[in-house]
Amino acid sequence: MAMDYREYILDHYRNPRNYGKLEHPDVHAEDSNPLCGDQLALDLQIADDHITIVRFQGRGCAISQASASMLSEMIEGKTTEEVIHLGKDDILDALGIPISPARTKCAFLCLRVLHRGLAMAGLEKPGESDDEEE
Amino acid sequence: MITYETFIGADQKARTIADIRKDFPILSRQVHGKPLVYLDSTASSQKPQAVIDAMSTYYQTYHANVHRGVYALSEEATAAMEKARIKVARFINARQGKQIIFTRNTTESINLVAYSWGGANIHAGDLIILTIMEHHSNLIPWQLLAERTGARLEFIPVTDDGLLRLDIYEQLLQQQPKLVAFTHMSNVLGTINPAKQMIEQAHAAGATVLVDAAQSVPHLPVDVQELNADFLCFSGHKMLGPTGLGVLYGKRELLEAMPPFMGGGDMIGKVELRKSTWNVLPWKFEAGTPAIAEAIGQGVAVDYLGALGMENVLRHEQAITDYALQQLQSVPGLTIYGPQSADKRGGVISFTLGDIHPHDLASILDQEMGVAVRAGHHCAQPLMEHFGLAATARASFYVYTILEEIDVLVQGLHKALHIFNL
Repeated sequence: MAMDYREYILDHYRNPRNYGKLEHPDVHAEDSNPLCGDQLALDLQIADDHITIVRFQGRGCAISQASASMLSEMIEGKTTEEVIHLGKDDILDALGIPISPARTKCAFLCLRVLHRGLAMAGLEKPGESDDEEE
Repeated sequence: MITYETFIGADQKARTIADIRKDFPILSRQVHGKPLVYLDSTASSQKPQAVIDAMSTYYQTYHANVHRGVYALSEEATAAMEKARIKVARFINARQGKQIIFTRNTTESINLVAYSWGGANIHAGDLIILTIMEHHSNLIPWQLLAERTGARLEFIPVTDDGLLRLDIYEQLLQQQPKLVAFTHMSNVLGTINPAKQMIEQAHAAGATVLVDAAQSVPHLPVDVQELNADFLCFSGHKMLGPTGLGVLYGKRELLEAMPPFMGGGDMIGKVELRKSTWNVLPWKFEAGTPAIAEAIGQGVAVDYLGALGMENVLRHEQAITDYALQQLQSVPGLTIYGPQSADKRGGVISFTLGDIHPHDLASILDQEMGVAVRAGHHCAQPLMEHFGLAATARASFYVYTILEEIDVLVQGLHKALHIFNL
């Protein structure tokens, strides 16, 4: 299974969408991959059950940062209910390339941060998403 | 055409690099349809057939528990394990086999000292000197000890090319440290630290010294008596032996005075319900059934290295490192960390390439070229932080590494540049 660094992945890596942070986020979470050092912080602003603004900051490999950038586009404007149900397949679909087993932690870091943030804000039950643990 | 020196070791037998490579069955396998290029021996080395065979033979023909049975199998197993201990002792020139404590790995060896010696000798306000280039295994045990006791930790910084600031070390020594613990060779930068001199200075300041030799004992001649180290720790799996077998060497008077680390079977003298006495060295520190097959395998691994001659191992790796430093410098956008010349470093090269994250680099090298390199913080986060890095890629070499493999690595790096449009 060869991972294929497509143009659009490199584009998200080098020109991340929604990059930055919010002064007063409704949802904030961060996490890292202790094994490899990828870092990610995510801020959301929520109004009327909709995610109105997404900002993330991080550093790490192309896979982890491109996934976060793609996820940020995916959730902007969605209802919290819709976002709660996002899972690994949605990330893999967005990436559109096979991810080798050693790299799944990189790809799913953004998802873990998202669900952790929603849970900490009381919008999602902890562990409701089966994507919490690799 | 690249030529190699012939290894003529302690046994006076001449070996070519091709002979050596034939001893390692894994080197003939393919990865992603390409010949394996294993450049991660710093994390764990590959094993010669003789080590694998010795462990199989033990399980197939004389497996039994040690130090207990009076029957033939147990006597054979005990003799084989204790013979391995003597071999390891000779390999590092320890005076006696009883100074070799078998543990699980370097990490456990250091923890043993931190709990047992540290618990008895380190008190509130005492100073422990470490360096910022330590592997987490020679940092966390001392952090935990400092938390338990109220001891202070101070760190020797490094220069931009990865050498210890010995001037600051001298200043720290004036504060009467109880312990100095440092790595003989950095697993990230490859820096070989001047251990003998540092130990002498520490002793003059009244400190006890622990050397993390996880990277040095596998790659260069180490003589514990010449170094005059108080404690010296290393792992078998980084030096052609099996996983699960580490070594703590200690000066006898220190080991004798230390309380046990773990309690249980084998480490006892006489046991009563409310008090017990302890076994003699080395078994006082080896509670429970030990890693018997692994110890036997390790004995064969040091035989193998001894036959090659550690001077030859070092010379071979420095030739590979020298070539690799030259070739890597020809790759555009590549940054090498640590000493820039091969004579101040061992066979470890950490690098980054443009804005390609080391994980992506390692994935590309693996998939496109069959090259195994490590990517990440190498269990040395404070050092990475010092250089402003989250991660590097790391290529490391051993007795079986050949120059052609460096060429494959360099080709792979060019491929990565192409994939990332650089």
